[in-house]
Amino acid sequence: MSTESTARLARPGRTVRTVVSHVLLGLVALLFLAPVLYAVATALKPPGETFTSPPSLMGSELRWRNFADVFDYLPFQRFILNGLLVATVGTVVVLAASSLGAYAFARLRWRGREGLFVVFLATLMVPQEVLVVPMFILMQEFGWVNSFQALIFPWAFTAFGTFLLRQFFRGIPYELQEAATLDGCSPLRTFLSVMLPIARPALGVLAVFTFINYWNSFLWPLITVNDINSLGTVPVGLSLFFGQNGDHWHLVMAASVISLVPTLLLLIALQKHLVKGIAATGIAGR
Amino acid sequence: MAIQEIRRPARAGAPRPAGRDGGSPRKRERWYAYGFLSPGIIGLTVFTLFPVAMAVVMSLYDWPVFGERSFVGLDNFRYLLSGDPTFLVSVRNTFVFTALFLPLNVLLSLGLAFWISKSRWRGFFRVLFFVPAITPMVVNAVIWKLLYQPGGVIDHYAASWFGIDAPNFLADPGTAMLAVVAMSVWQGIGYNIIVFSAAIDELPQSVLEAAEIDGAVGIRKFLRVQLPLMSPAVFFVTTMTMITSMQVFTQTYILTKGGPGDSTVTMVQNVYENGFVSRDLGIAAAGAWILFAVILLITAVQFLAQRRWVHYEH
Repeated sequence: MSTESTARLARPGRTVRTVVSHVLLGLVALLFLAPVLYAVATALKPPGETFTSPPSLMGSELRWRNFADVFDYLPFQRFILNGLLVATVGTVVVLAASSLGAYAFARLRWRGREGLFVVFLATLMVPQEVLVVPMFILMQEFGWVNSFQALIFPWAFTAFGTFLLRQFFRGIPYELQEAATLDGCSPLRTFLSVMLPIARPALGVLAVFTFINYWNSFLWPLITVNDINSLGTVPVGLSLFFGQNGDHWHLVMAASVISLVPTLLLLIALQKHLVKGIAATGIAGR
Repeated sequence: MAIQEIRRPARAGAPRPAGRDGGSPRKRERWYAYGFLSPGIIGLTVFTLFPVAMAVVMSLYDWPVFGERSFVGLDNFRYLLSGDPTFLVSVRNTFVFTALFLPLNVLLSLGLAFWISKSRWRGFFRVLFFVPAITPMVVNAVIWKLLYQPGGVIDHYAASWFGIDAPNFLADPGTAMLAVVAMSVWQGIGYNIIVFSAAIDELPQSVLEAAEIDGAVGIRKFLRVQLPLMSPAVFFVTTMTMITSMQVFTQTYILTKGGPGDSTVTMVQNVYENGFVSRDLGIAAAGAWILFAVILLITAVQFLAQRRWVHYEH
């Protein structure tokens, strides 16, 4: 809080206005979150009580069993484990490939560096929709249709992470690198024990957003996974569940609530870095 | 701000330490660079450059998922523009979606970002509005599908508060697109609120105070001082939001499957259905190229127009 606003609070007119503004903002925020809260409420209602007039938040009982029943209707634990596996491995690959590449672009000297970097940047413009069609053929050629590899690798080498980390590495003082080189460190040692530790905040932000992009991805799993029951991730699994149980709203909502927990936890973990992280990366939430 | 970051003139090369111009360490460094870059280069070649080249070729072929392929020239494009029953409708729907979604999203997120920035609990509110932005789109859409059901919450309050006999929102061609837009705005503003918040946090206090002393307060201060100072952020948000809204797919696919009729079929859904439902990959590739061309064109116009209204300080 700046001194300016404390001065404002001292004046009674301002105080009233601040209180009113906060109450209104609180109401707007509550209205904004109402769909999610209503989903949680519906997930706890007994079957057949989803639609009542007037609408209510509480059914005749709080039916926690719905959350267990979801797992009987569909292999939801499978979808969650698949999603975690794909997102975790994908994130590791993205971090490894892009931090190595970013270091070479930011701190090593070699011919063709700027030219190749432009090529990297240019690939960022190509939207996923252009890539999915030939990517599907590629998966056929690799024999990867309906496999975990297909869910992980095609999107693990976008230039975005390389670009982001290159910007970060360029901000690290040269003296640190020089000192390591004088101590006899090879570029690989310098990278591993000097650059990576300093870049931890940037790596963290990239990791969280990459994980979320994998976890939320829908179009590609929809195309490349035939056997949803064994290879489905949460979004395609949920959409399948939804198609089959469209009128079991209490179960569909229970599944939805379960599906939003991991990203919600990541958001809470990330909250302090949310504004800076997004300002620096310009991604996520798409 | 990301834009400024990109536009900052790049330092010319890396400053080289004195006396290390010798041949062998130099060469060693080059081989290290190639080694470091090889995963990225191989991955990008296999999974981006090669597919792009292939997408060009495929768009010129009759290319079924299984069976014989044959060269057809520009026939796929011709088919989309004159024969395909949904392509042109999907283009119109995508533009309608963007025309509604983009201004609503930008105005609401800008307004909320300013409102929130005045609060002592701004950190809390920013996280709160970000919840739908980080939640899987499928989950958001499924939740809203419940809200829109006949006899559901929105239906009930439309009737009891406003006396409107609400239509079946998702099954009425007059409201389906609006319903999709409303859900998408709800989902999308959290992200833009954060981008605007970052810009608001960085507004130079000295300039704002000078403006206030000169008598610029309230709406005048906002329009004449704060907004121009934030114009790079506004430009960034409009451009990025435009690009993502032209690629809208998941919401409509879950909420309406493109219906009723084809009133909410989007360009991406058209690509998806041509490729993976009708199994004509050549036509799907052609559709994807048209989408890309449209996005590039609008982005180019935005970049040209920015010279008139975006102010880069520093």
